[in-house]
Amino acid sequence: MIFVTIGTQEPFDRLIEAMDQIALKFGLDIVAQVSTRSKLQVKNMKSLDFISPTDFEKLFNEAELIVAHAGMGTIISALVNQKDLIVLAREKKLMEHRSDHQIATAKHLEALGLLNVARNIEELEMKILNFINNRDKSNIPIIGNYASSSLIDSIRKDISI
Amino acid sequence: MKVLAVSSIGGHWIQLLRLMPAFEDVTVEFMSTKQSFSTMVDGKKFYSIPDGNRWNKYGLVKCFFAILKVVETSKPDIIITTGAAPGLIALFIGKLFSIKTIWVDSIANCEQISMSGKIATKVADVVYTQWGHLEDNKVKFFGNVLG
Repeated sequence: MIFVTIGTQEPFDRLIEAMDQIALKFGLDIVAQVSTRSKLQVKNMKSLDFISPTDFEKLFNEAELIVAHAGMGTIISALVNQKDLIVLAREKKLMEHRSDHQIATAKHLEALGLLNVARNIEELEMKILNFINNRDKSNIPIIGNYASSSLIDSIRKDISI
Repeated sequence: MKVLAVSSIGGHWIQLLRLMPAFEDVTVEFMSTKQSFSTMVDGKKFYSIPDGNRWNKYGLVKCFFAILKVVETSKPDIIITTGAAPGLIALFIGKLFSIKTIWVDSIANCEQISMSGKIATKVADVVYTQWGHLEDNKVKFFGNVLG
């Protein structure tokens, strides 16, 4: 199963529409979290509204691949659980977010080897095909459960006074 | 020592939870914008508040009064937030009560400090960025939430 998530904010119909097409084209089992404010008719995926953290975690764990917007919540969850993740950043010019910070974040995290970024729908489709054809688990990055110890220590000092 | 840890739901909240070891020796209470997120901090006091942003001024006002009420009754010594708008409001309220305040700018702000973060540099006692190249005399860098 592929789990598609667009986070807790605005609709992201470009991603949902593309994944709906991809589900049909390749006959994939896809569950998508779609915004209540989206008017899009999803035909080829199981679609869900806002989901509780508990249900989210369950779908996240069950999925073989996560496809998402470039939101930090999703990115961190994928890294902690060493999940295969492909992101498509929300773009300001398409009114998908209030700024282009997702593009910038995706670029920086990709440079650190922590993120698999699709620049457009064509790349997204290519990357999903690539995932289906060769599943190499050894390349998935992983992080621990907490922030860097230097940040934790500094905050600990801030709050002990 | 009592810490009130505040953030919106989503990425901001996930980042806040990754600071958890910093709160080991203090009493920590959490505040976010959806009740269902309380399950992620089982055993800790959790306050649910209305959400708001620059485009939802009414939400901001409701959010302000909800946080004010919690701060008045709970009387934290420190307020820490990872954003976004509700976190900034919490900092202002902290300032009103002379409570020490800490802003941790989201790791998603990698090219510049967020607008809220810039305002926070004028209000908060401590401001962190998660990117070394954004550090300056007002904004500290000590690593990021990724670890």
